[in-house]
Amino acid sequence: MVSVALSDNKADRVVMKKKKKSFLSDVKQNFYLYLLVLPGVLFFVIFSYLPMVGIIVAFQDFNVMKGLFGSEFVGLKNFEYFFSSKDWLVVTWNTVYLNLLFLFTGLFFAILIAIVLSEIRSKHYKKVTQSVVILPHFISWTLVSMFVFALLSTDVGFINAILKTFGFIQEGEEINFYSNPNLWVAILVVLKIWKDAGFGSVIYLAAIAGMDQSMYEAAKIDGASRLQCITKITLPQLRSTAVLLTLFGIGGIFHGDLGMIYAIVGDNPSLYEATDVIDTYVFRMLRQMNEMSMTAAIGFYQSLVGLVIVFVANYLARKYDSDSAIF
Amino acid sequence: MKSSLENKAIDLFSYVFMAIFSIFCIVPFILIISSSLSGEKAVQLTGFSLIPKDFSLFAYEVIFQDNTIFTAYRTTIIITVVGTLLCLILTSAMAYALSVKTFTHRNKIAFFVFFTMLFNGGLIPSYLLISKYLGLSDNILVYIVPALINPFNMFLLRNFFNQIPESLAESAKIDGANDIYILFKIILPLAKPALATIGLFYGLGFWNKWFEATLYINDKDLYSLQYLIMKVLREVDFMYQMDYMQGAVLNYVAPKNTVKMATAVVTTGPIIFVYPFVQKYFVKGLVVGAVKG
Repeated sequence: MVSVALSDNKADRVVMKKKKKSFLSDVKQNFYLYLLVLPGVLFFVIFSYLPMVGIIVAFQDFNVMKGLFGSEFVGLKNFEYFFSSKDWLVVTWNTVYLNLLFLFTGLFFAILIAIVLSEIRSKHYKKVTQSVVILPHFISWTLVSMFVFALLSTDVGFINAILKTFGFIQEGEEINFYSNPNLWVAILVVLKIWKDAGFGSVIYLAAIAGMDQSMYEAAKIDGASRLQCITKITLPQLRSTAVLLTLFGIGGIFHGDLGMIYAIVGDNPSLYEATDVIDTYVFRMLRQMNEMSMTAAIGFYQSLVGLVIVFVANYLARKYDSDSAIF
Repeated sequence: MKSSLENKAIDLFSYVFMAIFSIFCIVPFILIISSSLSGEKAVQLTGFSLIPKDFSLFAYEVIFQDNTIFTAYRTTIIITVVGTLLCLILTSAMAYALSVKTFTHRNKIAFFVFFTMLFNGGLIPSYLLISKYLGLSDNILVYIVPALINPFNMFLLRNFFNQIPESLAESAKIDGANDIYILFKIILPLAKPALATIGLFYGLGFWNKWFEATLYINDKDLYSLQYLIMKVLREVDFMYQMDYMQGAVLNYVAPKNTVKMATAVVTTGPIIFVYPFVQKYFVKGLVVGAVKG
């Protein structure tokens, strides 16, 4: 979405060639620019690059007393331990599976909403419904968890209350959502659609608004119906946006949505088999076990595989359209 | 003939679909509002509903009896305002320097920042750094400092700065202005829409902070709003620790369900209030970021 092209114009390189001066004289000349960039550089050194050094914890038997440089090195033992438990398969699978489901259902509903909105002719109706469907995006996941409680709670939840009112279930037959993992993949997907599909449609709606109107006019003269205009003109034109956003999404597929899943599921062991992703697993290991080394090993595994996936996604994006690669 | 039928079908589908999806989006809001206005006994008997049952403001009276919510509000407002301002200053400083074409090392520095988007040390090293080596536990700064520059926002802003004609800065330079002056007096006033957009990104991020609280905050006075919501929802004990419940339990059915809902309403309120403004800029900014790419 945002190009971060690193070296894009020739002027740059010319400038670089001309000025083969010492670093110090360069600092002198561009003193204020260095001053402006310094806090940012320091910030990234401290909060991004120092933690990368901290990855060595994953290869140690870390002891808080001995610290980062005093703890004993144990090679790959932490990794062995993680990969020999069955947890790693469960959390890896859940991470990728849930993210793929979020990605494709989100894609479908975002495009559907965008097309439907663009077909609505009443400006007022369009504006109101659009505002309403974007609103959930601005609600935090913690508040969503309150909504979820209001809807799904066993004794006072709205859904159980409705089912009882209409006689589908009797007193004592309430659905116990919070202890039934089978329902939670669907629940999480629905929540994700609720929160993000409307917002996701904005970008497609902008793409539709930017399309060449003369094409639709020409199609109409040729006798094309509205449905044909949608399937033959609008959808094909949305394809490149959709493919790119999907590739971006795939780049992040190894990183679970901690903010969402922890806020909604919390520490509820009966749901772990369906909802536990790498990020929630790591988060829990840290808080409950206070197990630094093994948790760091899992985090490193995630970062590393995540990096490989980003490169694959970027390669695909470049292949699809060389202008749209991330780097 | 066929085409007019198709026309009507598409119209019907569009209007009905948006109506249903809008209802789907809005129902949870109505549910928590009406539930918060219900009597606890009615709720325990028949569950939450879309119309208040046995109308009562008791849940609100209860939560405003002590200052737990106010304290969390104060903390959250402080981190949102201070955090967003600091973020905007630092992000635009870096973004501007990286947008100046004559700045020798800008590509190297851009890559240095970009790499952090691809790879990170993970949770544990950050946790050790923040709690052990920087000692930021139980300090309000822990919400702000580790989040000062978001690389994504930085590049978004740099791309925006790239669009501003260089001649503006150059002529100011000839007049003897330095880069800091140029940034604040020339560039930033031109970049108001972009600043509003990333300011809102940052602002919403700070408003929604809870993660830091779970790891680094034990002091109740430093709980953020979102963390408070989590506590109220998850930990029955936590609710009873608060003064207001103790008073309430003595003479009434403990309003634990309606109090949860009232807490949700009280914390959602401001978001709904600023939403029309936020929506305008978010949508604009998203489109700008996407198209100019």
